[in-house]
Amino acid sequence: MLEITEGSMAVAEAVRLCRPQVVAAYPITPQTHIVEALAEMVANGKLDADYITVESEFSALSACLGASAAGSRAYSATTSQGLALMFEVCFNVAGQRLPIIMTIANRALGAPLSIWNDQQDSISLRDSGWLQFYAEDNQEATDLHYIAYRVAENPAVQLPAFVCFDGFILSHTYEPVDMLTQGDVDKYLPKFAPTERLDAADPVSFGMYATPEYYLEFRYETDKTLKDAKSVIQAAGKEFGKMFGRDYSAMVEGYQLDDAETVIVAMGSICGTVKDTIDDLRKEGKKVGLLKIRVFRPFPSEDVAKALKDAKHVAVLDKNISLGAKGAVALEVKDALYGSSVPVFDYIIGLGGRDVRKNDIREVVALAEKGKGDQFIGLRKEVL
Amino acid sequence: MALAVGCRAHPGKGRDNKTGSWRVFKPLFDHEKCSKCGTCQVICPEGCITEDKEGFFDPDYAYCKGCGLCAEECPKEAIAMKQEEK
Repeated sequence: MLEITEGSMAVAEAVRLCRPQVVAAYPITPQTHIVEALAEMVANGKLDADYITVESEFSALSACLGASAAGSRAYSATTSQGLALMFEVCFNVAGQRLPIIMTIANRALGAPLSIWNDQQDSISLRDSGWLQFYAEDNQEATDLHYIAYRVAENPAVQLPAFVCFDGFILSHTYEPVDMLTQGDVDKYLPKFAPTERLDAADPVSFGMYATPEYYLEFRYETDKTLKDAKSVIQAAGKEFGKMFGRDYSAMVEGYQLDDAETVIVAMGSICGTVKDTIDDLRKEGKKVGLLKIRVFRPFPSEDVAKALKDAKHVAVLDKNISLGAKGAVALEVKDALYGSSVPVFDYIIGLGGRDVRKNDIREVVALAEKGKGDQFIGLRKEVL
Repeated sequence: MALAVGCRAHPGKGRDNKTGSWRVFKPLFDHEKCSKCGTCQVICPEGCITEDKEGFFDPDYAYCKGCGLCAEECPKEAIAMKQEEK
């Protein structure tokens, strides 16, 4: 049923429908509304879960780690500095192969302090072993939670996942969202049934130490599992489409891509602005298209290479920067296209909540067509 | 043996960790010089030295880390530490 609702409320409702048994989170802007709503649901008896109040994000994810190892479906949400504080736990969760789902309301990282949106926080955890989904709008943000749990808990995967949606731009925006019913979600998402769990009657330790004879192999297996998860993601997305009409089987999505000469590559809410700009540019006769990346980890290199093989210019929008190098998405796209003659240009854009407007996208297209790139967009030269 | 997913392990399996691979110097026991005093067995921090039927002592190389304490303490200098090539 279509409801006009705030992004955070839609996500909280989707999480409720996933029936998490343990929720542990620490409030931080712009994620706060999600965990406030979940706490209220637990208090009012609408969600049968243990809500563990904690003193930090480190504790929040640690509590989820324990809960998941004990066999519970666990959930957390955070952003920015909170996610940075979870850094160590993130690696442990993935290494212990615990399918925790965490919503990231994407926000910039300090210093300087910024509560506004970019994607530096989750991108900085790209090496941690978590799957990473990026939502363009609140419909996708809610749907990706059901899919994330189904993929993460698949016995062939057993890995955690971030569902990322842009802080404020999506989290605090009211949009129509088609919410599933509890019956729908129960049909799509089976109960969490791990093969091994913490149990005093049958003791087991998770994440033991590995000597140099074994560590390399553990890393190999986790990497292979994450890469192999592509087929599980595609199948789960396809099944979702069959049941509810919105197909998420593709890890990348094209818009006006077939004859496009200049292709913009982007992730998250910025894709909406890009699509509107493309509509305008198409009316002016310019062949511009968009390749939206929905799944950043595992990175769909083959899909990206296939979608971009006929492009004359590729313009990657990065709401993050690996300082001293380039934006993370551009680095992946360049890697995917290595050996081809397609030129890839990187544009660092919208950091720390800077508005990205249609004119900015037009500027990017114009620069890419001229063969200029690897630069920031919208720099206020007067303050430099 | 296949790796356990998530490096999970059931308790009581310390013996599965064959710490002998950590060794750089290998203790070689010379029974000719040995007086069967048993100091090596008492001093071994790994607890991997056992007495045989004749009263001689020998380490279990699967677990001996090569710390050299037995050689240091042996009153008869019957234990030699030799660098091991693997």
